[in-house]
Amino acid sequence: MRGRPLLYTSYEGDQALLNTWTKKTVFGLMMLLLILLPLGVVPGFTWAASNSWMLVFSQVSIFLIAALGLNLLTGLAGQVSLGHAFFMGVGAYTAAILGGPEGPLWGLGLPIWVWLPAAGMVAALVGVAIAPTSFRVRGLYLAIVTLGLVFIGEHLFRNFDFISGGSQSGRAFPPFEFKFWKEETPLVDFSTDGSWFGVELSSQAKTFYLMLTIAVVAGLVAKNIQRTRAGRAFQSIRDRDVAAEITGVDEFRYKTLAFALSSFFAGVSGALFASFVGRTIPEAFGLALSIEIIAIVLIGGAGVVSGMALGSLFVIVLPLLVLNFTEWLTTVAKTGDGIAQSIADFVVATSSFDPGLISSIPGVSPGLNVFQVNQVLYGLLIIGFIIFEPLGLFGIWIRIRNYWKGWPFTY
Amino acid sequence: MSGRLLKRRAKRSGSKDYDHILEVKDVHLAFKGVKAIDGVSFHVDDGELFAIIGPNGAGKTSLFNSINQVYKPQDGDILWKGESLSGLRPNKTAELGIARTFQNIALYPHMTVIENILAGRHVRMEAGWLAGSVWWGKAKTEEIENRGIVEDIIDFLEIEQWRKYPVGLLPYGIQKRVELGRALAMDPAVAGMNLEETEDMARFILDVQDELGIAIILVEHDMGLVMDIADRILVVDFGRPIALGSPTEVQGNPNVIKAYLGEELETAP
Repeated sequence: MRGRPLLYTSYEGDQALLNTWTKKTVFGLMMLLLILLPLGVVPGFTWAASNSWMLVFSQVSIFLIAALGLNLLTGLAGQVSLGHAFFMGVGAYTAAILGGPEGPLWGLGLPIWVWLPAAGMVAALVGVAIAPTSFRVRGLYLAIVTLGLVFIGEHLFRNFDFISGGSQSGRAFPPFEFKFWKEETPLVDFSTDGSWFGVELSSQAKTFYLMLTIAVVAGLVAKNIQRTRAGRAFQSIRDRDVAAEITGVDEFRYKTLAFALSSFFAGVSGALFASFVGRTIPEAFGLALSIEIIAIVLIGGAGVVSGMALGSLFVIVLPLLVLNFTEWLTTVAKTGDGIAQSIADFVVATSSFDPGLISSIPGVSPGLNVFQVNQVLYGLLIIGFIIFEPLGLFGIWIRIRNYWKGWPFTY
Repeated sequence: MSGRLLKRRAKRSGSKDYDHILEVKDVHLAFKGVKAIDGVSFHVDDGELFAIIGPNGAGKTSLFNSINQVYKPQDGDILWKGESLSGLRPNKTAELGIARTFQNIALYPHMTVIENILAGRHVRMEAGWLAGSVWWGKAKTEEIENRGIVEDIIDFLEIEQWRKYPVGLLPYGIQKRVELGRALAMDPAVAGMNLEETEDMARFILDVQDELGIAIILVEHDMGLVMDIADRILVVDFGRPIALGSPTEVQGNPNVIKAYLGEELETAP
């Protein structure tokens, strides 16, 4: 690299999204990596092309979209919301009504370009309806109000069983396929294997490409909102609401906008999530989902768009690590010997007669099951990050960067 | 002094069909029986440096908050270019051209200096969030143009080296300057300022008045500096106006001496 990388010769260059050489390179390489990932041609990342990892990365993308939405509301505008799962549910069931298969349950069988934007739109409208509560209550009280929203939502979804199918069986959500209208063979089909432009792709890889595209667009939109007029208005309300009003920010307008935008992202993400899973019960949009999204925002770094990607990767991959770790411990407990075996035997429950802290046996759980361990870990991580690193993983990255910037000097 | 800031000064001094740019008429403000402001009247003219002084708790900040419509006075009226401000929301007063700084700095600590001053440009920008979200058309040109205006303000206040720092990390004096910058960015016709214990701010405030032609209402609880720089002074005590006039007039006023030094004893011991 020649010249002075931080010398800007125009305001446009200074205000650009990728305003340094490093950012451009890293962003470009990341995009290239993500595009090549499903093909299994990236040295060191060939494992990621497997179907199960493709599903994991698709889920990361979907949760990233939801987290970007919550980040707009909580990270930028400072309105704490525990109700994100509710808005995701609204999006999911809007998608189900519009795009779901025609049958005993409501479903119009419309194509994705109708149900996906509509899912966001309807959720945004509900968000606008909820927004006025944030003028009356703030902080923890708003968190409680939005917490109530999750329970009301779950109750409603469960009881509108002509839409949701009830908690027993749930319902089928629209598949990922692109049609112009209701024709028989879809133009692009994401649910079967096939070749695109001469490259053989599994349905999982195709789905990953779709999710990745939507997530990248969502990320760019979120980042652009953050760095322009509306984003600054959000942040000024978060930091000092009285000063924000006196500098001309209409608090009502921007709080409503924050709720609307955040819910839009949530709605889109909820619709994608439900369709991705294929068949979902109303309980999927409960408090646990909200907590997961909050965990992403706090672990990634509230207010930092790129942190959301790190956060969702972390939060989605964490359960897998816990699962693998538990399985590994179980084998050690059963077949190992010595002190390692005793520790492993203490930690895991290998049968219902052998109590332990963690259980890998579904149904029979003398200890915590893997899901509960994850919840505990999310809780610990949220507490840990809030106390020690409020900027989340992004903050850790900033510290590492600053260390190497000054290296070998301490500052 | 750079061109863009001066150009806006020229725009401001157009035709004038009002007596005073800001007029406060017999304002009364009470919080459940505690009288914060008790019948204060004054006016501010274009380009004037008007000071409001008074001991702690005299109601200076309440006056600011009433002008901004953060507090709604129970009685009296506040006129902007001859028209009443009552009933407006605070953000509308910003649009009209009233800017202010706060006694305890109220910047946005997590945003950088550039972003803070750009946030001050909010009222003078128009692009909606939708255009912003795709960095397209008006939103883009507006952002870049206003980035230039912000640079002029940074240049004016000599805070170039702090440009990209989050404001929360900066020392008090620099934060004061950034807050002045945010107020200037709003393109105000009248700016309310606090001058607490930062004498180097006086230089910038005089520059703002002289070069940009912005009228300034200065709030201070100490007499010293204000006497040197203000055109006219209003002294308030317990919410009541006790003197109004030029610095020399105010200085000799027996009420002022009483408020600041206390009552003289009838007989010396």
